[in-house]
Amino acid sequence: MTRYAAPGQPDALMAYEQRYDHWIGGEYVPPQRGQYFENPTPVTGQTFTEIARGTAEDVERALDAAHGAAPAWGRTPAAERANILNRIADRMEQNLERLAVAETWENGKPIRETLAADIPLAIDHFRYFAGAIRAQEGSLSEIDADTVAYHFHEPLGVVAQIIPWNFPILMAAWKLAPALAAGNAVVLKPAEQTPASIHYWMSLVADLLPPGVLNIVNGFGVEAGKPLASSARVAKVAFTGETTTGRLIMQYASENIKPVTLELGGKSPNVFFDDVSSADDEFFDKALEGFTMFALNQGEVCTCPSRALIQQGHYRRFLEAAVERTEKIVRGHPLDLATMVGAQASNDQLEKILSYLDIGRQEGAKVLTGGHRADLGGELSGGYYVEPTIFEGANHMRVFQEEIFGPVVSVTSFTDFDDAIKIANDTLYGLGAGVWTRDVNKAYRAGRAIQAGRVWTNCYHAYPAHAAFGGYKQSGIGRETHKMMLDHYQQTKNLLVSYSPSKLGFF
Amino acid sequence: MPEVSRVDLTPAAADLIRRLRAAHGPLMFHQSGGCCDGSAPMCYLEGEFRTGSSDVLLASLTVEGVDEPVTFWMSSSQFERWRHTHLTVDVVPGRGSGFSLEAPEGVRFLIRSRLLTEAERAALDG
Repeated sequence: MTRYAAPGQPDALMAYEQRYDHWIGGEYVPPQRGQYFENPTPVTGQTFTEIARGTAEDVERALDAAHGAAPAWGRTPAAERANILNRIADRMEQNLERLAVAETWENGKPIRETLAADIPLAIDHFRYFAGAIRAQEGSLSEIDADTVAYHFHEPLGVVAQIIPWNFPILMAAWKLAPALAAGNAVVLKPAEQTPASIHYWMSLVADLLPPGVLNIVNGFGVEAGKPLASSARVAKVAFTGETTTGRLIMQYASENIKPVTLELGGKSPNVFFDDVSSADDEFFDKALEGFTMFALNQGEVCTCPSRALIQQGHYRRFLEAAVERTEKIVRGHPLDLATMVGAQASNDQLEKILSYLDIGRQEGAKVLTGGHRADLGGELSGGYYVEPTIFEGANHMRVFQEEIFGPVVSVTSFTDFDDAIKIANDTLYGLGAGVWTRDVNKAYRAGRAIQAGRVWTNCYHAYPAHAAFGGYKQSGIGRETHKMMLDHYQQTKNLLVSYSPSKLGFF
Repeated sequence: MPEVSRVDLTPAAADLIRRLRAAHGPLMFHQSGGCCDGSAPMCYLEGEFRTGSSDVLLASLTVEGVDEPVTFWMSSSQFERWRHTHLTVDVVPGRGSGFSLEAPEGVRFLIRSRLLTEAERAALDG
């Protein structure tokens, strides 16, 4: 099979329901105000399901359910919570292809990515946190011979999670796995651009979780996200998105004195030193793939390597090969196994990318390949496709400073190590970066000098659980995909205990 | 010489602002950066988003039929990287934009940009 059938087709692996309500307290609950919104697939632009348009009343119901479930879930032994996470992972693995088809239809990304990355990574995430919570221990401090301080991990209670649209299932897994492992109940709001695939996932695992432990409220940011993020009834808010909404969520959290974790994007540099091109070998080939990673997931990745910095000594040679590699990218139907770049997730995302292709040209950046909307013909004509695009310009240009969130890379050159670091760090953000060199000493120094939370060294776009992911500068607060995320979902309870019968003698 | 500005509205954006103003109340914009719904102008009730010393007021937009100006803000660090460009707020069909007010209408505000001329820059930057 070279192409999977679209959901709902006679030979399809899965079908979406005609409508999704809110998932609250272990059952589907219609929106209190009775309104729904249409959910189109970016593959064709056609609506395939309708989604509950949630409001504050629905959020309150979900919070009621979560608060009802949280105490028992928090007392459930870690071994049992871990078992449930492992069962979720097993269920996902048994349905991997179905989930991949669902996710591709929802988001527009190529099926080769959902099959090989999104869904396997999400599965592994549940297993990682199942293991991490089993291995987690509290601590004790022996203050003196008669006094001991015990430190217990306790769940926060009910937490809010607002999920982005670029990896709808994987980003939900990043947040759900640590929160559930740590013993919290969750109210989750999917992005309104991609609200359906998480419900298909839920349909596969619903019987595994006690009612109310995980609740999904759909809707628009202003109508459902805001009442959730500003609620005094949530103990923490986790958000992946952009800076203005991130600030607003911090503002709401400050009103309730609640913690937040935020992942707000970047403008990640991918640095290629001269020695990359010293041989035409396997490593050179790998580095070219590393350059082309800007097109992974249509560039809709917070860590998209959207600035390529290439050292002057091999600039022309490397760039020529990079353009050639980029032009070999196979575009086509996202459900086709050969397709490497699929559809942008929404019409407004497409429009935004086109507006950047415009200002990039106006600022004098040179288009080396691509630069236009793509019409792939047939039913895909209604979808949202963009040609993989390489701009050549200078780091002060807006296409070097703003996350376009499309298959667009902006290339410039640097002279030496210090120049590379200066350009790499000349950005408001610090989420990801790439360093490519055959010199391990240089690689180490560059990785330490770049102000970013994740520096891929001679690799890019790998997201294994057990490697911390999060931002410096304006890219956010907190570290995901690592056991340290458990801390973001736990309180520390200290019992300070005296084992002495003797009074102090103060009174 | 017409008045020099940093931010303009398309007629469609002005029309949407009139509708949102009528439905919700006085409005403001804050330009977002970063990923997902970033690099987009977010529209809120005036005062909903707390601006501070890290923000710059780029414009107080006059919209026919709206009594008060609509403010347009950006973080100052972002403004330093945008200040050579003129921004036009437009509207496109779309879905979802953080907590921005227009998303439930099935549309989304979008920034279109052009380079400021030297004369404009001289006038604006003094």
